[in-house]
Amino acid sequence: MKTLILSTILKALAPLFLGFAVYMFFRGHDNPGGGFIAGLIASIPLMIHSMVFGYRATREKFRINPRLLAGLGLLVALISGLFAVTMGDPFMTSIWVEQKLPLIGKIGTPIFFDLGVFLVVFGVVLQITFLLTEE
Amino acid sequence: MNLIISLILGILFTASVFLMFQKSFFKLIIGVILFGYATILFLFAVGGLTKNAPPLISENGMEIEKMADPLPQALTLTAIVISIGVQVFVIVLLRKVHADVGTEDLDDLNATDRID
Amino acid sequence: MIHQIPFVQLPLWVLITGFVFCILFWRYSKIQEMIATISVGLYLLAGIGLLVSVYQNGIQVLQVGKWAAPFGITLVADLFSAIMVLISGVLAFTITCYSFQDISAERKKYGFYPVLLIMMFGVCGSFLTGDVFNLYVWFEVMLVASFVLIVLGNTKPQLEGAVKYVILSFISSGFVLTGIGILYNITGALNMAELSIAISECPDKKLLSIPAVFFFMGFGIKAALFPLFSWLPASYPTPPISIGGLMAGLLTKVGVYALIRFFTLIFTHDVALTHSVLLIASGLTMFFGVLGAAAQNDFRKILSFHIVSQIGYMVMGLALFTPLALAGAIYFLIHNILAKTNLFLISGIVKETNGYFNLSKLGGVYKNFPLVSVLFVVSAFSLAGIPPLSGFWGKFILAKAGFESEQYFIVAVSLLVGFLTLFSMSKIWLKAFWSPMPEAEKKRIKYNSISLFKSKYFMVLSSIFLALLTMFISFYPDYLISLSEKAAVQLLNPEIYINAVLPK
Repeated sequence: MKTLILSTILKALAPLFLGFAVYMFFRGHDNPGGGFIAGLIASIPLMIHSMVFGYRATREKFRINPRLLAGLGLLVALISGLFAVTMGDPFMTSIWVEQKLPLIGKIGTPIFFDLGVFLVVFGVVLQITFLLTEE
Repeated sequence: MNLIISLILGILFTASVFLMFQKSFFKLIIGVILFGYATILFLFAVGGLTKNAPPLISENGMEIEKMADPLPQALTLTAIVISIGVQVFVIVLLRKVHADVGTEDLDDLNATDRID
Repeated sequence: MIHQIPFVQLPLWVLITGFVFCILFWRYSKIQEMIATISVGLYLLAGIGLLVSVYQNGIQVLQVGKWAAPFGITLVADLFSAIMVLISGVLAFTITCYSFQDISAERKKYGFYPVLLIMMFGVCGSFLTGDVFNLYVWFEVMLVASFVLIVLGNTKPQLEGAVKYVILSFISSGFVLTGIGILYNITGALNMAELSIAISECPDKKLLSIPAVFFFMGFGIKAALFPLFSWLPASYPTPPISIGGLMAGLLTKVGVYALIRFFTLIFTHDVALTHSVLLIASGLTMFFGVLGAAAQNDFRKILSFHIVSQIGYMVMGLALFTPLALAGAIYFLIHNILAKTNLFLISGIVKETNGYFNLSKLGGVYKNFPLVSVLFVVSAFSLAGIPPLSGFWGKFILAKAGFESEQYFIVAVSLLVGFLTLFSMSKIWLKAFWSPMPEAEKKRIKYNSISLFKSKYFMVLSSIFLALLTMFISFYPDYLISLSEKAAVQLLNPEIYINAVLPK
């Protein structure tokens, strides 16, 4: 299904989608957004790419195994929860760094959890896409 | 408003059960999807719909009567994600069955029930 | 440091960590095998630790993320949950060992071990959660993983069975979700302890029967109660024995666990109505399950119908609703998990002898493989309830409880079903073990007694392990019975649970 319109639009939209995903990821703590939605948004350009150019072309551009991404994401999310246990709190208690950093703002374990969620969603959606477009 | 939602729910449940009782795979898939939507909408409606109110309490604890309950939304979101996952699985499974067993009729899937 | 970590979370950690590493080593099924064995072994140890710590210190509660009880995610381990976690650990460990030589390399390549781990993760979470919505989520984790396991390998019968299994499971989840919605509407609570309080204070008790019916239907489909069991014999015999055995042993019991949890902790407002419905359902389940088995002629299908029949006994213990009956139900649950799974494992070993599950094509196992016959005798006669094996103690306690609550009819049904169970067990024994093998099939024999053990030693050893455990709870039933009685007392006094979860 090679359509000129979609492939042209894709070139323009892909950076936009990725940028929007990053934006959504970082505004997630106090506003609507977060790792889940960011993962979905980030996977859209790759989904369209594999629909337009086919499975092989996408895999040539995107060489990372999505399954690996999902596994890493789970690991990151798990470790972010384990921080609290080392300090004697229950699992998943959020710990914040007191000092505010420039640009990002305050940083704490929830951001790692969100990063994990992002990777899991991104990996799983891509895996499903690749499986369905493989033939 | 409540009447409309109840009617929609009734129609969704009836349609989904009707479709799931049909023999064709395709109708089964549509039935399963409708059933998922019906339960989710039911969960959402029964959790309490509040129009034009934030899911927040003001700092001094006032205005509690004008507040939306955020929990049903959270439950609904989780249920949507799960049921979409299962629905995708059902679609892929039925496609695979169609390819391997070579039928589109649920009544033909009786090999595992036979006494041999 | 160690004493600060509550044991509640350990079983979940080891499983999810194992799963993550299995995903990271996706292409190497040998490494996955090692990771899965280690993590399931640790899960077993964590289960033992959890049971000991619950036994010594009372109910263990963990408020995940430090959010106080009715608002956050709560993990609770009372004695009943801890027993279930331990028994699921025993089962998972045995099945993992069995699967080394049972599951084909191709199935391992498609991720048998990670899916097994994530299914155990869901099972363990369902046992430990203290929140109805989380229970639904854990159930889904377990179910989706079991969907994958049941179609793993894509043979035709597997696909056909999976269609029925997947669709009916999806509908049952829908029922549970609907029940949760209504319950939340009536009480405004989702935490089980808070729900228990809210229901005892609820002014309109009649309304509560509606969610009770939805939960009964939802968990009833998962536990395979009488009118809702048709998916089970259609789907459980189809996958390879390791998968079928694990599902037969564990998954329906998770449904029974949920039923027991809900109808002791939450829906106790109208015991006369709800529990007599359960009683009728349990009698019909026992009877029709065993009748279905009597008609079958396939090793695995007979066993699958017996799962249905045995579920009836457990629900009967719940429906009688006395401390003794619940203790009997818990004892029976454990006995059944061990004996039933072992029968499945043995059917797999018997299949190795000439490649069939069909009784008319099997034969001569007693003559050629005496050890396998001993294992079968222990499990089968335990299942049928021959004294002094474990099934006898379970049925004895249940019958005694039935007499004490003057439910003579259900006791009569349970004894009759015991006889019918014995009938189909002896049918297997006569056809597969005692009678000579049909002449036409003789050339298919691949092993003698020694070479079978040499090439399939993991399968035989795991079956021996389960048989030894069955013997242990048969000849020393006191430990387990007293433990079950303690668990039953905890179940029948919800205040203990509530005070542990919601400290004043």
